[in-house]
Amino acid sequence: METNKFMKFILKNSTAVLFVMIFVMFGLIAPRFFTLKNFQNIMSNASYIGIIAVGMTFVLLTGGIDLSVGSTMYLSVVVCGKLINEANFPVFPAVLISLLVGATVGAVNAFSITKLHLVPFITTLITQTIARGVGLFITRSVAVNYPDSVTLMSTSTVAGFIPLQIFIFLMVVLVACIVLNRTRYGRQLYAVGNDLESAKKAGIKSDRLIASTYVISGLLAALGGFVTITQIGRVNAGFGSGDEFDAIAAAVLGGASLFGGVGTIFPGTVLGTVMIEMIQAGLVFANVDIYIQPIIMAAIIFSAVFIDSIRTMQIKKLERRNILKA
Amino acid sequence: MQDIVFAYKDITKRFFGVRALKEVSFELEKGKILGLIGENGAGKSTLMNIMGGVLKPDEGQMYLKGSPYTPENPLDAACAGIEFIHQELNLFTNLSVAENILINQFPCIRKTPLINKRIMKESCRKLLKSLNLDISPSMLVENLSPGERQLVEIAKALYSDADILLFDEPTTSLTAKETENLFSIMRKLKDEGKSIIYISHILSDVIELVDDIVILRDGQVMGGGPIEDFPVNRMINLMVGREISNVFPERTNSSKKKLVLQTDHVSETGMVRDINLKVHEGEIVGMFGLMGSGRTEFARMLFGVDPYKEGSISIHGETLPKRNPQESIKRGLAFITENRREEGLLMDSPIIENIGLVSLPDYSARVTRLVDSKRLYKRSNEVATSLRLKCNSLKNQKVKSLSGGNQQKVVIGKWLLKDPSLLIMDEPTRGIDVGAKYEVYLIMEHLASEGTGILFISSEIEELMAMCDRIIVWSRGEVMREFEREEFSQENIMRIAFRQELEDASEKRRWQ
Repeated sequence: METNKFMKFILKNSTAVLFVMIFVMFGLIAPRFFTLKNFQNIMSNASYIGIIAVGMTFVLLTGGIDLSVGSTMYLSVVVCGKLINEANFPVFPAVLISLLVGATVGAVNAFSITKLHLVPFITTLITQTIARGVGLFITRSVAVNYPDSVTLMSTSTVAGFIPLQIFIFLMVVLVACIVLNRTRYGRQLYAVGNDLESAKKAGIKSDRLIASTYVISGLLAALGGFVTITQIGRVNAGFGSGDEFDAIAAAVLGGASLFGGVGTIFPGTVLGTVMIEMIQAGLVFANVDIYIQPIIMAAIIFSAVFIDSIRTMQIKKLERRNILKA
Repeated sequence: MQDIVFAYKDITKRFFGVRALKEVSFELEKGKILGLIGENGAGKSTLMNIMGGVLKPDEGQMYLKGSPYTPENPLDAACAGIEFIHQELNLFTNLSVAENILINQFPCIRKTPLINKRIMKESCRKLLKSLNLDISPSMLVENLSPGERQLVEIAKALYSDADILLFDEPTTSLTAKETENLFSIMRKLKDEGKSIIYISHILSDVIELVDDIVILRDGQVMGGGPIEDFPVNRMINLMVGREISNVFPERTNSSKKKLVLQTDHVSETGMVRDINLKVHEGEIVGMFGLMGSGRTEFARMLFGVDPYKEGSISIHGETLPKRNPQESIKRGLAFITENRREEGLLMDSPIIENIGLVSLPDYSARVTRLVDSKRLYKRSNEVATSLRLKCNSLKNQKVKSLSGGNQQKVVIGKWLLKDPSLLIMDEPTRGIDVGAKYEVYLIMEHLASEGTGILFISSEIEELMAMCDRIIVWSRGEVMREFEREEFSQENIMRIAFRQELEDASEKRRWQ
């Protein structure tokens, strides 16, 4: 019975266990991994994927998926850059408009999925192509540069020591946590993901809830894009492509289910995101061939998702009622 | 003169030209329990859906406390103070009990959108207490037993302070004790002035509980009035439209011949312990026990769905491979599962796809493996006719649209196509009406007379005693005793099932 309890604990907290394991592993391989500077880097790299992953978690909770986030990022930062560079917009309104662009892409997804009843997978695959296409049409695939007023933001801090991008990430996490755990909207989102039919019968406006998650996802993708440009200052045609994979992986590593109804922002998605960044940084520290890194990365994510799927089965088995025990 | 809280007046409803309800009128009085009975397909659900705003009547009106009532959607019905407790539960297993109860009306902290968890838990705790349900409001629903879940569903309906409550077959997943508790709660609600419509197939429950009764058949009201005026015979008569002298068919005594099934010392940790049993050709063997006594779990092991640690199972003398349902089917096993909706049927598929599902390989060409749909249709049609399946079209009608009894016939038909040598039936008559039950018994009797061995799991002791050659009594994962037909006695079987002293098995059933 004791081993059972132990197994259950491990399985139920597999995200945290995995986190510690990866952490220790890289620490042993490369002692330089354990430096404050490295953790700061990991955190600030984690911030942009993290912001997108939070939006992704909302979508996953309803049992949907959003493959368009990478392209949405690209389109929104392109619009932002063009407004600043060519229309001489001040930074703040330009950013606001770029966020609006992200939300609009999300709204298109939402409309197609809830009103036209298209499958999320296909819908967001289509908007992925469209958003990237519109972005490329605007830029003619020429890289966009951002003025110092934008890039300097990355060096600014909040309260004297929290870098801006990390602060934005933490704020997004905080708000998302409160929304999911403490509001009617959030709890109903879990209900919709658990059983759509029952949710409808209970009078929950499920279409509206599902639609909102895509808008949130689009909006946060745009915000993630903005956070990135403050750090890199220049955006080329491939910006953001493949980021949807990292965002989905982060949420799933954090325990979100692709079938909906299961998942948390904190600790879940946050840990998942940091884990992904940790692996990436760790691979660099361990001097792994740069072309092999993505393969290893994918293999680790594969095993994590695999563990997750056996975990679900195992937990069920361990929790199966014991009749003989009187 | 009592207050009339709700009235149907000349309600008529057609589906694609087929009449489901014809000029139905009856009234529900304040502070009374009205029993609504009728065979599957008699129109009870349609009537309830009209009341709940899910469907609109083609003709006729409804009146709520004397004024016209025209709900557009389920929310309108809820606002009007009408709540449903459905047979299938509408709970969210990933949310807490309190969240499930308040899913649409979370209390908020002042004017913020934040949920006030303290008030939420406080109000639920009171409610749960009034239902004699001793669980924490913050417990996740996935950790509750079926009976507890049913009570949470009722708590949900009560929270909104509804005046009219509809219970649709609420006792199907409850133990006897939980049912008793539910009935006392319903009586209490009645005394508080609530009006209740109670739909059930268990006539003894109806007689025990209700004040008035309405009997439906083929979409029409056949009779109604105070329950005292309707003895069981009259109810059945009106429901079925023909005299059913016997609720059970005559059993032809089948002499024991060849052994079909034999299990030797089958055990699985925490599930079943040392099970040895035999089923012969043409024999109906009953398995009786309280809920959670291990019968269903054992049936699943037999069929190869779940693993077992020790022992062996053999069919016709050959050892059956473990955990391989495909192999089990090949060797002539058939399994009618406890819940046909989830495990027995593809609800959104046409009837023929369901009937043909298991035997598709038998109907495919040798090389190309293409399905010979003509031959499949012909055979399915024969089976459907022999089962007296009531449907419009095998090919186009979805199983979802059939009544419960007819759905069960589809499940049976699916296995009949395979000509099984051992048929495991887990609660095959649950949630179907008297008429359909009788037909299921007839099918069983017919199969047994043709040599099929039947393992019949049921919680209704009367049907086991009427239909079985032997009854095996289970308790907490063990076979306690076998009764031969001559020794059948309701009292003795019950006593064995309760391990002689009447201790409460349901409390200890769950293992954390």
